Amino acid sequence: MEILVCVKRVPAPGSRINVTQDGLAVDTSNLGFTTSPHEECAVEEAVRIVEEHGGSVTVLTLGSALSEEQLRYAASVGANKFVLVETDGEHDSDAQQTAEAIRETVISLEASHGIFDLILFGNESADSSGYQVGIRVAVSLDRPMVNGIKNIDVGDTQITAHREVDNGYEVYSLKAPAVFGIKEGINLPRYPTMKGRLASKKAEISTISASASVASQQRVRLHRPEEETVETTILGNDATAAVKIADLLEELDLL
Amino acid sequence: MPGVFVLLEHDRGVFAPACEEALTAARTLGAAINEEVTAIAIGVTGSDLLPLCSAQGVSRVLALNDPLISDYSPELWGQAIAEVHEAKQPSLVMAVGTDKGNEVLAQGSARLNLPFVANCVSLERQEAWVATRLQWGGSLLEDVTVEASSIFASFGHHSVTPERVSLDGQPSIETLELSLDPNLARSLVQDRVKMSEGATLSTASVVVSGGRGVGSAEGFAPLEQLAELLSGKVGCSRAVTNNGWRSHSDQVGQTGTRIAPDLYVACGISGAIQHWVGAMAAKNILAINTDPEANMVTKAQYAVIADLHEVIPALIAEVKLRREGQSKS
Ligand SMILES: Cc1cc2nc3c(=O)[nH]c(=O)nc-3n(C[C@H](O)[C@H](O)[C@H](O)COP(=O)(O)OP(=O)(O)OC[C@H]3O[C@@H](n4cnc5c(N)ncnc54)[C@H](O)[C@@H]3O)c2cc1C
Repeated sequence: MEILVCVKRVPAPGSRINVTQDGLAVDTSNLGFTTSPHEECAVEEAVRIVEEHGGSVTVLTLGSALSEEQLRYAASVGANKFVLVETDGEHDSDAQQTAEAIRETVISLEASHGIFDLILFGNESADSSGYQVGIRVAVSLDRPMVNGIKNIDVGDTQITAHREVDNGYEVYSLKAPAVFGIKEGINLPRYPTMKGRLASKKAEISTISASASVASQQRVRLHRPEEETVETTILGNDATAAVKIADLLEELDLL
Repeated sequence: MPGVFVLLEHDRGVFAPACEEALTAARTLGAAINEEVTAIAIGVTGSDLLPLCSAQGVSRVLALNDPLISDYSPELWGQAIAEVHEAKQPSLVMAVGTDKGNEVLAQGSARLNLPFVANCVSLERQEAWVATRLQWGGSLLEDVTVEASSIFASFGHHSVTPERVSLDGQPSIETLELSLDPNLARSLVQDRVKMSEGATLSTASVVVSGGRGVGSAEGFAPLEQLAELLSGKVGCSRAVTNNGWRSHSDQVGQTGTRIAPDLYVACGISGAIQHWVGAMAAKNILAINTDPEANMVTKAQYAVIADLHEVIPALIAEVKLRREGQSKS
């Protein structure tokens, strides 16, 4: 199996998300960065499939040069090849621009490596939450695509996938080449080993510049939703608070 | 003439609760831009839509005719709305941003290379389209403008309050013949498996949740006991699932489950924004945390500043005591 996983570098804010003065970006000055959780699971899934069936895992990210950090992390947990589709990092690309740049990169990678049996995306990106890049890429390549996937089973002729729905799941059965949007929970990603970490420092990254297409969605500003301030009632500072909690349960008609 | 087309989501003929939100949003928008609203549903007959549309004041229904779309396939459903767009040239195609609502709109807009604005909380047409949409699963809002005469847009689930406006007379039904590519049946749903009956984490009236402060998988036993006593479910934070203490199906938050219980008991959870966004719809929150400054504590209506390993067993004993008292009297 030749698998391509597309990942995004996102900031990891704590108790609140701050916005820069001009309102155009998340203020990341005191923040660490991570791979979006759905995509971290997609990388893990790809590595597991290749461990079982052979092949290789290529990880692609579109972003500024700093996104190399996320590619090296993927290297430390077992991915094999790395592609950075580099943007100037000044503006976030919109979904159509991102999908177009990824489509062009996939076509050029496949021209030299052959067709990817599977392309995995996250169900939606953690930050912009646009719900469409993976689908746009799949449609433009005319490949079957299902989002919301929480289980993949690679068979001889078919790839079976489960999509989470209320109270259960739906079963899809696709033929390669296929595309999936992965959700966190499909697996528990491994932590990098010391050996993996060392190897990741030497991983070779191919860098391509992102094509320039025009954005159709223009950001005007980011802002936080209004929040009600609540007055917290402290019910106690030790186990004796149980009595007051039970009173509260009675009040809420839960006892 | 162009119009607003609204996609109604259903599972084999059972309309999703989100449909009322979709119709309310479509009707409001249609009135604002002075264009007709037409409801579309894929894989049901036009008359299946009549009761919903009558109750929601939507007077036009477009029925799609093709045996290929009788069950769900993201590609076929996306192709179907792309064909509706080609035939009708509407200003806007919209749905509610459920998993499938967003999937079908993305599939449809991709086929036409049109913009798709996901999870709006407001949408207006001025010189351009002007939208406010949810980012970070709802922790942040983004105002965007879209320069296109026709767009696809979803409304964030639960961001529209459904309002009924009854219609005089019956909605009219028009039928559109499609010419779908049978090859797209490659992504038809093949089977469905039901895992649980009754309340789930997302519908439970009480959720007792634990975070890193619980310390281990075994540490959840008292939380399970409390949840059972209160006929609730157990939830957890991502720190817990990352440690392998509980399955991801219990995770509350942006990349887990959104909950809306009457009471949320958050034990040893700091309240990171990605956790909070999944829990904030709870009517009452009780935080049990050793740190009085924890975000979960300052945002909760009720808090106990203490070790959860002492508070939860004491609470279980107190609840049992009162229950026994009730059954004796
Ligand atoms: C893109 C993205 C998506 C994410 N999605 C989610 C998500 O869906 N859900 C989610 O939960 N997180 C999510 N996270 C992770 C999130 O940012 C936090 O890392 C996580 O929620 C922290 O979990 P926690 O509160 O259990 O742990 P911590 O932040 O470590 O907090 C532990 C808390 O326990 C308290 N405590 C410790 N011991 C005790 C004790 N004995 N008694 C009482 N209190 C005690 C401490 O005071 C502290 O407040 C996401 C992160 C990113 C970047």
